[in-house]
Amino acid sequence: MAVIEIDTLTVERGRVPVIVDLSLGVEAGTVTGLLGPSGSGKSTLMRAIVGVQLVTSGTVKVLGAPAGSATLRRRVGYVTQAPAVYLDLTVAENLRYFARVLGASPRTVSAALQTVDLVGYERRLAGTLSGGQLSRVSLATALLGNPEVLVLDEPTVGLDPVLRRDLWAAFRRLAEHGTTILVSSHVMDEADHCDRLLLLRDGQLLADDTPAGLRARTGKASLDEAFLSLVEATA
Amino acid sequence: MNVYVTMATAERVLRQLRRDPRTLALVLLVPPLLLTLFRYVFDGSQMTFDRIGGPLVGIFPFTMMFVVTSIAMLRERTSGTLERLMTTPLAKLDLLLGYALAFAAVAVAQAGIACGVAFALLGLHVQGSVVVVIGLAVMNAVLGMATGLFTSAFARSEFQAVQFLPAVVFPQLLLCGLLAPRVHMAHVLYIASFAFPLTWAYDALSHAVAGTGSAKIVRDSAILGGVIVAALALGATTLRRRTP
Ligand SMILES: Nc1ncnc2c1ncn2[C@@H]1O[C@H](COP(=O)(O)OP(=O)(O)O)[C@@H](O)[C@H]1O
Ligand SMILES: [Mg+2]
Repeated sequence: MAVIEIDTLTVERGRVPVIVDLSLGVEAGTVTGLLGPSGSGKSTLMRAIVGVQLVTSGTVKVLGAPAGSATLRRRVGYVTQAPAVYLDLTVAENLRYFARVLGASPRTVSAALQTVDLVGYERRLAGTLSGGQLSRVSLATALLGNPEVLVLDEPTVGLDPVLRRDLWAAFRRLAEHGTTILVSSHVMDEADHCDRLLLLRDGQLLADDTPAGLRARTGKASLDEAFLSLVEATA
Repeated sequence: MNVYVTMATAERVLRQLRRDPRTLALVLLVPPLLLTLFRYVFDGSQMTFDRIGGPLVGIFPFTMMFVVTSIAMLRERTSGTLERLMTTPLAKLDLLLGYALAFAAVAVAQAGIACGVAFALLGLHVQGSVVVVIGLAVMNAVLGMATGLFTSAFARSEFQAVQFLPAVVFPQLLLCGLLAPRVHMAHVLYIASFAFPLTWAYDALSHAVAGTGSAKIVRDSAILGGVIVAALALGATTLRRRTP
């Protein structure tokens, strides 16, 4: 069953078309990578999926309901590209606030901190954290209350390789427990962690395939080169 | 709307304020300092100090809360936390009332300190009820907060937000009757002054200070209550779940 269904979606921002007539589906319990260069429309597409983006035409459905419906607000977790964290609160205060807003039990706070490897940082003021730590606090707020769908906008940017590996392992564990994960990135080197790849360029879908399928189709061993050859084929 | 989420938001806003002791100190200590200044500027005329100082106690919270709230809400918009909150079950009213509750609590403290200093140390003389003056001060704080929430939607930066103080508040201060009786103003200004909330705030305060016209205080308070509800409703319309 498709958890996210997008049908002929067009989004204009400042009169410029940013997403153009795009249709796709994301299957339940998968890790789907939304890949594309900076400015290709990844954040805009994710905003449309969580229902904070005004769309020009087309439909976006999540878990069978129109994106942004009140019923979805507890079931969909969203991590914005820039960390959405109160810098003048501690890590624990940030998480406790979002837990109360989401109606999640306070116990999920420590579980979320464990997942993002920030145990021991509870009392640190968010404003004193590094960029990578801050984006992990932001990620932790989205994990509260175990949402069925996670929409993560470049959650691994700026993190060191060990942390990135651990986070991808965490995404995999969540997916194995049935969570549907859509994660964006502008670098291809993480694409192999995904079950499925959506390649976005100038607001259009270049490919919707598995990493293996993409390699087979283009005859390239590296996904970077596969992406480039797809770009050239459409140019 | 959810009382639990509203309270969580109020608590969060108060925590943020507590983390910023300098702002808190400015909010709580500037009014009594300014009142002290007034007291000695009008050193030779206790009557003038009584006439202006009393209402001022109730008008400070309006200007302070206006600035503090518009900047706090602007930060919420620009930091991405508002966008994030809009994807959660939080109702817009939860956010607005959370801010209102938190800042009303600060306003009580602010008005209490200002009144304490004015009455006990500066010898400010009020014919009417001190409690009514404090009550009106809190109401004005909430009014300032509601207006600040609304105007913050039109500011793109903190520079702009701060400039709304002279643009939105100063004209009201000039026209409300504090500096000169409204009936002495140019007729156009006199008519215009009816449209500004601070006019009604000042009217109520001046009656409370003089100990006259409790019916007028009730009428003015009702008008202010209406303006607060309207400003909060307008503020709610500027909190969009979907943005371009
Ligand atoms: N608030 C905005 N107003 C107008 N245009 C925008 C806005 N935000 C992004 N854009 C434009 O939309 C396009 C896609 O942006 P975005 O979705 O952020 O891409 P990505 O996340 O892939 O980097 C870019 O050309 C960008 O300049
Ligand atoms: Mg982006």
